[in-house]
Amino acid sequence: MEELSAAESDRTDDTGGAGAVPAEDAVIATRALTKRYRGGQLAVDGLDLTVPAGSVFGFLGPNGSGKTTTIRMLMGLIEPTSGTARVLGRPMPRATRAVLPQVGALIEGPALYGFLSGRDNLMRYDAADPTADPRTRRTRVADALDRVGLTAAAGKKAKAYSLGMKQRLGLAAALLQSRRLLVLDEPTNGLDPQGMREIRALVRELASDGTTVFLSSHLLDEIEQVCTHAAVMAQGRLVVQGAVADLAAGARGRLVVTTPDPGDAARVLKEQGVADLVVTETGVTAEPPDRELAELNAALVTAGVRVRGFGVERASLEDAFVALTGEGFDVAG
Amino acid sequence: MSRAEAVPGPDTRPDLGEAVAAPAGATRSPGLLWTFGLFRSELATTFRRWRTIALLGVLAAVPILVGVAIRIETSDGSAAGGGGEGPAFISQVTNNGLFLVFTALAATLPFFLPMAIGVIAGDAIAGEANAGTLRYLLVAPAGRTRLLLTKYATTMTFCLVATLVVAVSALTVGALLFPLGDLTTISGTRISFAEGLGRALFIALVVAASLVGVAALGLFVSTLTNSGIAAMATTVGLLITVQILDQIPQLHALQPYFFSHYWLSFADLMREPVYWDDLVRNLGLQGLYAAVFGSAAWARFAAKDITV
Repeated sequence: MEELSAAESDRTDDTGGAGAVPAEDAVIATRALTKRYRGGQLAVDGLDLTVPAGSVFGFLGPNGSGKTTTIRMLMGLIEPTSGTARVLGRPMPRATRAVLPQVGALIEGPALYGFLSGRDNLMRYDAADPTADPRTRRTRVADALDRVGLTAAAGKKAKAYSLGMKQRLGLAAALLQSRRLLVLDEPTNGLDPQGMREIRALVRELASDGTTVFLSSHLLDEIEQVCTHAAVMAQGRLVVQGAVADLAAGARGRLVVTTPDPGDAARVLKEQGVADLVVTETGVTAEPPDRELAELNAALVTAGVRVRGFGVERASLEDAFVALTGEGFDVAG
Repeated sequence: MSRAEAVPGPDTRPDLGEAVAAPAGATRSPGLLWTFGLFRSELATTFRRWRTIALLGVLAAVPILVGVAIRIETSDGSAAGGGGEGPAFISQVTNNGLFLVFTALAATLPFFLPMAIGVIAGDAIAGEANAGTLRYLLVAPAGRTRLLLTKYATTMTFCLVATLVVAVSALTVGALLFPLGDLTTISGTRISFAEGLGRALFIALVVAASLVGVAALGLFVSTLTNSGIAAMATTVGLLITVQILDQIPQLHALQPYFFSHYWLSFADLMREPVYWDDLVRNLGLQGLYAAVFGSAAWARFAAKDITV
């Protein structure tokens, strides 16, 4: 790693917003990345994003928060107004020819030639890549189709495909070669629950092979299920980024007591010094205190409170999101 | 920039290099065949579309209609063309079927051929943008310059194929309906049928080359919009406008710069000796259009934000 640090010395100061991730390990690193469209609308505003190598990185945000504009800048489709974006250590959009053959992408849903079969669509996209070997094209196309479960429908015209099949074909196009980075924008859009599970399994499998996966989604639980890291955008700005475990830990869980005697339970808990008590129909919730919870339970039972359930509910990423942004997951104005 | 950029090829970072098989060929410079893979794919994609087939079908039908019309009109022994009206060479067709090739090209060059080119060229970039396939071609990465050159080469191939479709259809119809044999040039000299056939082929090539300007113009329009239909309509609209302006005497100072002004100069190839002046002017003008609008298309497309 020594020579490498020297070769990439021009960006050693680039630690992004995560702080914990050294820039040398970053597959994607942006610095003050900004895009202002011609109408004057600021789509992305000073973005410092760092995606560590080998991570499954969830990119969250409401519709219109600048996720897709960011992805398009990373893929060299849009020129940034200011700031820099580096993908696989090289600047974009200048190094597209060297970087993009190692990147598979699904951007804003699949786009296909309706009059071509699924297989011929992949053949065409593969022919567009100047580094793709035409001698192995048929095999690689067949493998990619097999990987997304489309082998049986490969000969059908793409216009006859359902939305889910189109989505799978788009994924297959991203998997035509072995990639170092996969950029998947809403990959489970239009899929049924079984299809979503398959895609999540595929993402995990690719990640275990060492591919970095950059996954944008508006489904928080989806991010929570597959991602190791996440970033949240709102109104063109980065709200937070880091490891999913750290983000969720940022929002504390809740002590939940299920009981038919909520009044008594609340009184006992208050005597025990528990704060932020909320009485609900089925029991009491409170901020978990920094002490042995079993003692609390014993105190409740000793006081004659009939306890049906007792425990700490782990904070979800959604709680973390609300805690961080102080707002729901709505479309930006 | 840094030394990292000076060295092309994938990063040799050890932590990833072991986990992921390095993509084959990423370090190799692509061979000529690999580079032309996109062109072959583009040709196959263009000529497999129903729209392309339909355009070629219409072009093939024009000589059939002209040939049958002349046959019916002259079946009572009267001269074709009614004394100078209609496309060039039409009065000679009854004497020699080969003249149907020249007649058909003269009939299709002002409108049918350039309209077909306008459709193909106008749709080249805008159609891909409209379907969203443009972003996937670019992240493949096709390369913007490479993609534009491929599109232009494909459009020019279509120019040639479309012209040859008209010529071959006309030759077939001419041979079926009319006698073949030695022919008389415009200058009155006789040339053999074989030489006439050679000139017909040469004329077809000149006609195809006459369309290069429209093709470049259409491609430029195609980079301006994300709607294939709008690009096609604009290109065909420009074509009609220029054809009309070329008929207005007050604009004679401008007319030598209209891409269609010297189109019918291909008839000069039927003179003995061949009268080259307008032919050369035509080809020079087409080259100028290709250079100007080709550069404009490149400048526009290379810097364009792809937001669809």
